Amino acid sequence: MKIVVCIKQVPDTKGGVVFNPDGTLNRGAMLTIMNPDDKAGLEAALRLKDKYGAEVTVVTMGLPKADEVLREALAMGADNAVLITDRVLGGADTWATSQTIAGALRKLEYDLIITGRQAIDGDTAQVGPQISEHLDLPVISYAQKIEIDGDSVVVERQFDDRYHVLKAKMPVLITALSELNEPRYMTPGGIFDAYDKEVTVLSRADLIDVDDSNIGLKGSPTQIAKASDKVRKGAGEQVNLGASESVDYIIGKLKETHII
Amino acid sequence: MRQNTEEYRGVFTFAQQVDGKLSGISLELIGKGKDLAADLNTEVTAVLLGSDIKGLVEELAEHGADKIIVVDDPKLKEYRTEPYTQALSAVINEFKPEIFIIGATAIGRDLGPRVSARVGTGLTADCTQLEIGDYPLVAIAGREQKHNQLLMTRPAFGGNTIATIACPENRPQMATVRPGVMQKKERVAGAKAEVIDFDAKLEENSKYVEILEIVKNAKTTEDIMAAKILVSGGRGVGSADNFKILKDLADALHGTVSCSRAVVDAGWMSKDIQVGQTGKTVRPHLYFAIGISGAIQHLAGMEESDIIIAINKDENAPIFSVADYGIVGDLNKIVPALTEKIKAELAKED
Amino acid sequence: MDFTLDKKHEMARSLFREFAEKEVKPLAIEVDETEIFPRETVTKMAKYGFLGIPVAKEYGGQGADPLAYVMCVEELSKVCATTGVIVSAHTSLCADPIAMYGTPEQKEKYLVPLAKGEKLGAFALTEPNAGTDAQGAVTKAVLDGDEYVLNGSKIFITNGKEADIYVVIACTEIKVDAKGRQKKIFSAFIVEKDTPGFGFGTKEKKMGIRGSSTYELIFTDCRVPKENMLGPAGKGFGIAMHTLDGGRIGIAAQALGIAEGALERTINYVKERKQFGRSIGAFQNTQFELANMATKVKAAQMLVYRAAMAKATQKTYSEEAAMAKLFAAEVAMEVTTKAVQLHGGYGYTREYEIERMMRDAKITEVYEGTSEVQRMVISGALLK
Repeated sequence: MKIVVCIKQVPDTKGGVVFNPDGTLNRGAMLTIMNPDDKAGLEAALRLKDKYGAEVTVVTMGLPKADEVLREALAMGADNAVLITDRVLGGADTWATSQTIAGALRKLEYDLIITGRQAIDGDTAQVGPQISEHLDLPVISYAQKIEIDGDSVVVERQFDDRYHVLKAKMPVLITALSELNEPRYMTPGGIFDAYDKEVTVLSRADLIDVDDSNIGLKGSPTQIAKASDKVRKGAGEQVNLGASESVDYIIGKLKETHII
Repeated sequence: MRQNTEEYRGVFTFAQQVDGKLSGISLELIGKGKDLAADLNTEVTAVLLGSDIKGLVEELAEHGADKIIVVDDPKLKEYRTEPYTQALSAVINEFKPEIFIIGATAIGRDLGPRVSARVGTGLTADCTQLEIGDYPLVAIAGREQKHNQLLMTRPAFGGNTIATIACPENRPQMATVRPGVMQKKERVAGAKAEVIDFDAKLEENSKYVEILEIVKNAKTTEDIMAAKILVSGGRGVGSADNFKILKDLADALHGTVSCSRAVVDAGWMSKDIQVGQTGKTVRPHLYFAIGISGAIQHLAGMEESDIIIAINKDENAPIFSVADYGIVGDLNKIVPALTEKIKAELAKED
Repeated sequence: MDFTLDKKHEMARSLFREFAEKEVKPLAIEVDETEIFPRETVTKMAKYGFLGIPVAKEYGGQGADPLAYVMCVEELSKVCATTGVIVSAHTSLCADPIAMYGTPEQKEKYLVPLAKGEKLGAFALTEPNAGTDAQGAVTKAVLDGDEYVLNGSKIFITNGKEADIYVVIACTEIKVDAKGRQKKIFSAFIVEKDTPGFGFGTKEKKMGIRGSSTYELIFTDCRVPKENMLGPAGKGFGIAMHTLDGGRIGIAAQALGIAEGALERTINYVKERKQFGRSIGAFQNTQFELANMATKVKAAQMLVYRAAMAKATQKTYSEEAAMAKLFAAEVAMEVTTKAVQLHGGYGYTREYEIERMMRDAKITEVYEGTSEVQRMVISGALLK
């Protein structure tokens, strides 16, 4: 079985958000991590590999620096890594990104493609399903459990108040939730091997069946009209009183606002 | 990938139903769609997919839909990506709306991307604000400024930034919209809409998946998104048991208990009452933040609340940066006393 | 000369740090308070290869290098010095001499399970009357047929009762020189836990690293197959000294980690703690103390990494190891003491973990050669 996992390098918001003096985000000062949902997807692939035997290839699209996240995936146990990087691919929205990644995936063999549900920087959850459309594959999003049954996958697909157990014949694309599993750590030996391995680098010219009108900023139907750091509501009053004075204070405010 | 955008007219909304019941977002989308349609001098059309769901058209009409397109097909009984995508794409190709909005629910965020990719247009995820305006926002010499564009505003980066997105060259302009953010219109009893039965000519193909089983979670808690008063606890509450004092306060105020991610991670409370980026976005009339430090991901999910009262022992807790009323102090002393006093006050009124 | 780490080592550090933060730190107070050996952590470390970092892949190891190993001990010790020394004693004092001196059969039988973490290792040299002075050792091994018979006892053995495989140094011969002076000749043996005649004495109650299992080993007519002799007969002392050179690098890394952990906590503390209306980090005394602490920690790190690199590239590295251990241990003691001082009364309480770090730091000046022994090694190399 051949499994391709799409991963993304994202800023680590958990480790603390760093602001510039003017209040904008200082992205350069923030650490990067493998997107959590993608990491769960990779872990799911590695577990399938442990259980059924599989060749796991990780694919990312990004700046040359995204090599790091591929090495991390190799150090966790992925077999091959592919980096899609080219200046003309920059500024892509989810349409252009999914077109680009689909173009790269057409070069690869796969029975199963796993992506994370969404990246913590964009939060769109669109690229996975859009890739599946471009590749004419069935998609099962929000997987919370993945099993293999012969030439099919059986997946628990989460909804708000329920889940569906779905069966689909491979090849199929699955988007993974970070709740799917607890990803393994790398191993020291895995790290040393990862840096001895070759990462396949693909550029625009390597993409299959992708039109120039569908890549990069120019190939993106959605355009940013305005971006700004969120203006927060701002602090109101703050008091530091004894317990009973605090209670009276809150009662006063609840009355003022006609809640009681 | 450019299209002739002129031939596309009208605002379409996806009327999500599950088990033959309309989801709340469906009515919120019609509410917002009405506003957008008014600005564009057009109509709002709700698109209803399912099996044996014609009974829902009345509710859609009474909440403001001018037209309702119904695709009623047994293949659409349970939500599955491919038949729903086929149906919605067929509607778009046939009726050519200029705007199509879908709820950013588990269903909508699966369906939206697939449909947008099939009909070849852009999609903006999880919007919190929609309006009609110009793109670019201000005229730039030598560049065409398009009017009557859908401007879609959404938070990104865990709520740290907001971006306004346009889709100037492709139609429909598609967005998924965060539940609980838009207002539905007052229900007008007896309001009628034009109902169009549409045969989407669904055909089973290799992308259909088989549903082996549907497992419903026993609903243990009230819907925090619908609550007018939320009493929300964080790690500072100290233990699952101690949430009782929050429950007492919530009961006194006829409110609902919710919590932060730390509490879910600690296993004290279940995820369906979690507020925040990875939980639910809420905007109650009153939000009590008790023992919640206020990680940015949490703030993103509750800062639109009308009134925020925060109680925290750490005077520097970020929650105070969004609180209307911040109380530095020991929640274990304040909350039970507050509950008693509220009960006493309410008893006086009776 | 390049003072930057390559990407492999940067990534290895991020791995060790993440593991330490998530898996080790939450247990540190409990391990200290209850003096319970953190077996579950050891099992997890085994799963991820932390118990065979510098061991070659062909023997079940990770095929990484001494520097990566040192970083592992450093990061673990930052949050829990007990966990640090478990890895150090296992790797440097047991797996390492077997890798260095073992026959192919010994490596297959003992090194492979050690490197995979299926078995835990320990090293037994010190005796009640033989600490710094090895000649005081009385444990002996006498060949009887195809077996050596061991009698005697060893004390202060790290991983004592928890280990499965022990490298034991015992006297196999007493030579008399021309002047009639007796000189004990030692050999090294690999002894398995369940060997008849091999038992345990009392568990030491210690000031620090309280979760590590420190025991007396007792050999009473303990018969060990002669093929379990490690290295040539009569070369035990040299094997022990060379093993300790490696071990000292591990302890130096432990000391470094303790110092770094205390410094990190102190920096966070002085930013938050307010006195006289401002954070105590705003006072110049605090700032200068922190500057001194940080500078010494960095210097210790360079000596420790240099020693690790020397182990990777040189045949002998006694001097590098001794300097690294001497300096890092003294820095650990100094930095943790100052850290307690900067924490004030809170620093003296268990809750803040700083006092534990101070107690843990002290042992690094004592075991695997006291600071005085390190000075002897260093000066010996200078004046030879």
